[in-house]
Amino acid sequence: MTPQLPILELVGVRKTYQTGTLTVEALRGIDMSVQESDYIAIMGPSGSGKSTLMHILGCLDVPSAGVYRLAGEDVGQLDERRLADIRNRRIGFVFQQFNLLPALSAWRNVELPLVYAGVPRARRRERAIAALGLVGLEDRIDHKPGELSGGQQQRVAVARALVTEPALLLADEPTGNLDSTSTQDVLALFAELHAQGRTIVLITHEHEVAEAAARTLVIRDGEIVDVIAQEEMRAAARRSGAAAAAAARLTAGLGRVAR
Amino acid sequence: MNGMETLRTAFDAIRTRRLRSALTVLGILIGIAAVMLTVGLGQGAQQQVEKQIDSLGSNLLVVSPGSTTSSAGVRGGGGSATTLTTADAQMLAEKDVAPDVASVASVSTTSADLTAGTENWTTSIVGTTPSWLGVRARTVVSGRFFTESELSSSAKVAVIGSTTAENLFGVRDPVGQTLTAGGIQLTVIGELNTAGSTVGGDQDDQLVIPSTTWATAFSTAGGSSVSAIYLEARSGDDLSAAYQEATNALLTSHGVTATTADFTVSSQASLVQTATSTTQILTVLLGGIAAISLLVGGIGVMNIMLVSVTERIREIGLRKALGATPGAILRQFLVEASLLGLVGGVLGIVVGVIGALLLPAVIGYTVSLSVGATLTALAVSLIIGVLAGVYPARRASRLAPIDALRTE
Repeated sequence: MTPQLPILELVGVRKTYQTGTLTVEALRGIDMSVQESDYIAIMGPSGSGKSTLMHILGCLDVPSAGVYRLAGEDVGQLDERRLADIRNRRIGFVFQQFNLLPALSAWRNVELPLVYAGVPRARRRERAIAALGLVGLEDRIDHKPGELSGGQQQRVAVARALVTEPALLLADEPTGNLDSTSTQDVLALFAELHAQGRTIVLITHEHEVAEAAARTLVIRDGEIVDVIAQEEMRAAARRSGAAAAAAARLTAGLGRVAR
Repeated sequence: MNGMETLRTAFDAIRTRRLRSALTVLGILIGIAAVMLTVGLGQGAQQQVEKQIDSLGSNLLVVSPGSTTSSAGVRGGGGSATTLTTADAQMLAEKDVAPDVASVASVSTTSADLTAGTENWTTSIVGTTPSWLGVRARTVVSGRFFTESELSSSAKVAVIGSTTAENLFGVRDPVGQTLTAGGIQLTVIGELNTAGSTVGGDQDDQLVIPSTTWATAFSTAGGSSVSAIYLEARSGDDLSAAYQEATNALLTSHGVTATTADFTVSSQASLVQTATSTTQILTVLLGGIAAISLLVGGIGVMNIMLVSVTERIREIGLRKALGATPGAILRQFLVEASLLGLVGGVLGIVVGVIGALLLPAVIGYTVSLSVGATLTALAVSLIIGVLAGVYPARRASRLAPIDALRTE
């Protein structure tokens, strides 16, 4: 892979939460960069700070310290309007809890980012239906979230993340609430999107999901402790079962940092 | 996000939360209707009192005889003297003496027993001149009042008040009936309109006869002295001029000074003042009740809006995560709150108007709707509703999306 300008780059990013007198350091100096068309999985135990990292990547949260550059632009220097524009056009974010509006039908949920992008209504419906088609829900466009299964809701959320055709797709445990069939569907979809040249960063607990990614970052106690290439991940899984491989690497505590 | 989109989003939100929206609308509706009706009742009462004072004759001056002091030093009460005469009345009626006095009516009053057939009734008998009707701002509802020629010929005619007529003749038409008073048989030629009770007593319970006839039947001393002289000023503005002229003329003709005056001239001003201040207190009281109901309604609206926006902070976070600017969020909630406020306001005005039309039939008081109070109520509830809706939305729109999304 030839080196290019990274689509996103984090330098010394820290995030500290203050709860009363207790200070919790969720991220303790993260350095990472993601190239265009990269496919990256982030793994780590709960409380390791991976969700916080994801929220910062999605411009949903701001770092306490450090620099986050998105396509060369320092996000910390941007005003609310610019940030809204970035969330709208550059990033598609898939939440673990879907975060669909229960009152709106599937296509009305999917069109929401387009509303804020100022796309005319007829065009919005067209694009929302096309995005739902991409996730295989063309026959569910008028269903409300309550009338859809968990997997279908997750796919609506993915369709919503894709509808503005963002360069960067961020997904927080996109398969966490799905059965294995739906997981396969979502993974196949991500593989296809990746093949189309989209950059994907996702959080997962599952090794089969991580195996699909080109690289897996292992995060622990707010630091990236390891980077595992796809081949290595697959090999480890073949050798001793996925869980054992990850556990071995995590306990090894090799302080390697992705660069 | 353009205006149409914002409007559509607001409609969606209102439709989705039907109960909350209905409660918000109801709060505003009740506040506005309550203000309209309470202020309307207060103003209606004020107008009614003003009408009553007008019917009393607000341009009226009353000259009453002063007190007497006997040679033994015993002082009689005001009005006990017989210093006012019909001659005084005639003098005051002259244009060059009192140009601001429009008309004059001298009255002699006594209480006497009336009999008609087997019925009898004690009431006040007023001997006066034909000008009495105009000066006292009364009308005759059936029959007619007596004339100058009947006055000069001491005709045995009488005009009867409605209460007196009812007590003597029941439901029969009193006009044409005869009755006996002070040993004289009188024919009823007219019935007065109803005027209600005032400070001067029941204006509907009296018998009005020519002063000449009255003198024949009841006069004991002198014959020409009267109980009071009513003066009508040309207008309310001329009242004080008429007052001065009448006082000066009487002082001169009686040969007395202001300190030894044997008469008093009084106007209805004090009565008007009392009545006005009473209704003002009433209006302030009702206005206070209205303000409190508006406040209570406003707090209700504020509560519902605050809760409804607070439980949607997650939605705000999501919309921000999808690319909504804080401005777009703010506009959405502003339009939503304004829509609810407007619907509530319009419905409140409709209910207020219907109430104002129906209420008089039920409680017997007029309701006079005030545009000012209505608009104030509308503005206050709109402002409360919009502030309560927009303030939490504004705060939420400034949170980082993930913080808003984490809100429970």
